[in-house]
Amino acid sequence: MDPVCERQRASGEPQAPAGGGQAPWQAAGLTEAEYRRACELLGREPNGLELGMLGVLWSEHCAYKHSRPLLGRLPSRAPHVLLGPGENAGAVDLGDGTAVVFRIESHNHPSYVEPFQGAATGVGGILRDVLALGARPIALLNSLRFGEPGDELWRRLFTGVVKGIAHYGNCAGVPTVGGELHCEPGYRTNPLVNVMCIGVAPARQLVRAVASRPGSLVVLIGAPTGRDGIHGATFASAGLGADAEERRPAVQIGDPFTGKLLIEACLELAGRGAVLGLQDLGAGGIASACAETASRAGTGVDIDVARVPRREPGMTPYEVVLSESQERMLAIVAPDRQAEVREICRAWSLEAAVIGRVTSDGLFRVREAGRTVAEVPVEVLTRGAPVYTPAAAFPPAPVLDPAAIPQPRDQQEAGAALRRLLASPAIASKAWVYTQFDHMVQTNTVLRPGSGDAAVLRVPGSRKAIAAAVDGNGRYTALDPRRGAALAVAKAARNVSCVGARPLGLTNCLNFGNPEHPEVYGQLSAAVDGLAEACRELGIPVVGGNVSLYNETGGRDIDPTPVVGVVGVLDDPARRAASHFEAPGEVIVLLGPPRGYLGGSEYLKRLHGRVAGPLAPIDWALERNVQALVREAVAGGRVRVAHDLAEGGLAVGLAEMCFGGGTPAPGAPPGGPALGAEVELPAQWLRDGRVDELLFGEAPSRVLVAAAPEQARLLAERAAALNVPCTVIGRVTREPRLRLRIGGRTWLDEPVAGLQRVWEEAIPCALATR
Amino acid sequence: MRFAVVRFPGSNCDGDVARVLHEVLGQEVRFVRHDCRDLSGFAGVVLPGGFAYGDYLRPGALAARAPVMEAVRAFAAQGGPVLGICNGFQILCEAGLLPGALRPNAGLRFLCHPVWVRVENRCAVTRDCPPGRLLRLEIAHGEGAYYLPPEELARLEARGQVVLRYVDAGGEATPAANPNGSVANIAGVCNETGNVVGIMPHPERAVDELLGSTDGRPLLASWIAAAAAWYGGRRATAAAGGRHGHGPRL
Repeated sequence: MDPVCERQRASGEPQAPAGGGQAPWQAAGLTEAEYRRACELLGREPNGLELGMLGVLWSEHCAYKHSRPLLGRLPSRAPHVLLGPGENAGAVDLGDGTAVVFRIESHNHPSYVEPFQGAATGVGGILRDVLALGARPIALLNSLRFGEPGDELWRRLFTGVVKGIAHYGNCAGVPTVGGELHCEPGYRTNPLVNVMCIGVAPARQLVRAVASRPGSLVVLIGAPTGRDGIHGATFASAGLGADAEERRPAVQIGDPFTGKLLIEACLELAGRGAVLGLQDLGAGGIASACAETASRAGTGVDIDVARVPRREPGMTPYEVVLSESQERMLAIVAPDRQAEVREICRAWSLEAAVIGRVTSDGLFRVREAGRTVAEVPVEVLTRGAPVYTPAAAFPPAPVLDPAAIPQPRDQQEAGAALRRLLASPAIASKAWVYTQFDHMVQTNTVLRPGSGDAAVLRVPGSRKAIAAAVDGNGRYTALDPRRGAALAVAKAARNVSCVGARPLGLTNCLNFGNPEHPEVYGQLSAAVDGLAEACRELGIPVVGGNVSLYNETGGRDIDPTPVVGVVGVLDDPARRAASHFEAPGEVIVLLGPPRGYLGGSEYLKRLHGRVAGPLAPIDWALERNVQALVREAVAGGRVRVAHDLAEGGLAVGLAEMCFGGGTPAPGAPPGGPALGAEVELPAQWLRDGRVDELLFGEAPSRVLVAAAPEQARLLAERAAALNVPCTVIGRVTREPRLRLRIGGRTWLDEPVAGLQRVWEEAIPCALATR
Repeated sequence: MRFAVVRFPGSNCDGDVARVLHEVLGQEVRFVRHDCRDLSGFAGVVLPGGFAYGDYLRPGALAARAPVMEAVRAFAAQGGPVLGICNGFQILCEAGLLPGALRPNAGLRFLCHPVWVRVENRCAVTRDCPPGRLLRLEIAHGEGAYYLPPEELARLEARGQVVLRYVDAGGEATPAANPNGSVANIAGVCNETGNVVGIMPHPERAVDELLGSTDGRPLLASWIAAAAAWYGGRRATAAAGGRHGHGPRL
């Protein structure tokens, strides 16, 4: 009898599990050509289980079919990089033998179908990615995109995602310390939920995800395996159709309680050196965890599904191998450490089941009670997928005619424009969101959400501290993919520099539409070039990331949204800068060019309903020097207040700095009372008389600093040496009023309380049901 | 003198509070598992914050029935200082060691932010903090709305068992200063003898200026002093050949 046929029967799966006259490859999410390629590589037709394994490992999510050649363009080397792309997360050395491990990952499709569980399991997944290196997760950040506020769908997605992130992170005891959030129409039915996790470990204790040493044991740790989340990876690798609602079974259910136990158990395993390798079970479950660890070690694995602890009876090998049940880790264990591993897991109330062995034959063999039900070369699974370089198109973006844009004519209109901008979700206070996240657990959070341009955390086991920020701007990237992506890197790095930290590494999550659409592939390619350019110019290595394609619903692609997370180091956590004024009488200094651009700006979008370029260009030497200048001043203890000028430009930046930092306690602002600012800009800064460009224009390399007058003088001297424009534009006042004049004429004169109310209430108001 | 920090599956502030007791306040600390049955020999027991047993069923409901709670009950009955922080407070209420219950926050959202609280009465945690003192602490909970029926609340107040109250920066217990809908702005209570205390705010998150406040320090220092007094008294009694009995009111 044909052994393949025998395997098919034994696997208990028909060729096309979904039936209904579908071709076998369709159910596995492959194309006919991919199926033919698989047959060729195998020298036969795969059986149902093998096809399922191929489908998962050859999915876009696991195989990076459309992005792999592009990702090779990203610079990933630096002397302090301990682990670059290819592992579950990247790792950099703080300089004292402490490894900082981090990665960002998307959970977009599941979060649309089931926002609470989708977001929660997104957190669980990224925690385990960091855990797989034997690092203790010490911080989470997130980057969220939703549609424009208003309707019931928006409310359900927004509240569900926030609650889901809170549910998992809070319970697992990992603080959520930062993030960013935009609302744009294109994300209405394809929200983005990107979660970043940072962990720490002694550098010498890092564990790799390798199935090394043939003869060692493959041990499954954690929750028992159920039927949930089967086909999650393939689901994540296709556009959302009208059937999205019916895809709920493809969404996993998270259990942060077990997740927390898993963290503690795995850290003990890693700390005692009881494991040779650790791998998180995420997309593709056992199939991809086994294949990837074996592939990294150049070995094979032989597992028996009968030894996998189950949550429900009657599961077929197909279901066991492809299940994406959460809270599971795969450990590779030397036989003589088996008892110790079991004991540690038992102490944390977790099961540890030996499900197979590492072999030297390079095959991924699956048995059911001894009988072989699948046998595929590991390399076919992990390296056999085709790589695509589809056609790319670069359609021109709309270009702005400034003459067609009316500008504020007087103080009243300028004030109204400022209030409109402060109410925009991208700018408005996110306190409603981040107060639901425990951002203080582990007691390392030095700069909490809302109080600095980046989060600052003490690092357990080190005298140093780290800073982290995430950034991305889909509107910028839609208008100019290359520059938009570069601006995201520049901004994240600038945010980290503004708190006094030196950027060490970057992780990215590339959220794009359907790469088979030429303009989407063009966006992806150009955006990767932009990331690469920015990272090279700023000397920041890319140590890992994630690609999320097919973000489309009903054939409509999202705005291209590369999101980047930058981690930096501070030598002294006490020397950091807050993003709000702290002392009346300090002078306000603008570092960088005086004017921003209207192209792509929040002002152009919110006040004039226009999305058009051009974006501000980036002068890399200036960007580097501005960052170095502010970093030196803060790290040197000379400046305690610095804020990057971003969406909404100078006027919004000044207002935000007046609002006082952190979350006010009910009935009182412990962050200190709001302060005011008195600002005078020279008339010669106006170009063609455009006040809006000066007030609300956006551009990189701009930072506002508040400092004592003598420190401001020192800053100006240093700025001159670095060729950074540096202008004293005003001073911090005790009276909480924002006053701004241009060439003697008053353009803003607003009580801070009124501005702050608009800024604080925008998101809660949008969420209040009518 | 050693302190026990109970580690339930799902506790997540166990490490934080142990670190503060040890590194900041110089005490010897041991983690104690949920299945530990003997706490004799400790000077004080902390039930830390977190999500014991995942908060399944109700926060604290499963933990209150864990084996270690019998040992906590025995320890408390001898006058030993027991401090429940956040989830630990929920567990003490579920175990019946403290009166009342903690219900979901009024806004039905988890809340993490600073609060002002006012010290109300003396107990193990406020031994050296005079009533009326304002403290800036951190809260982080989804179910912290303290509740007690009106008659019982009146008794609680009359006996001076309210330990901390949410107030505004001026020290007034206004509705606006109440983050979660607790009755009478209550943030912490103690038992009648003052040795078992539950508080929702996290004093262990407020011991370092770098993190924004040091107001948790006097609370924890008070608690250690109270524990030392009880422990010393017990040992003296034991040395004098006396029976182990209730210590003095703390």
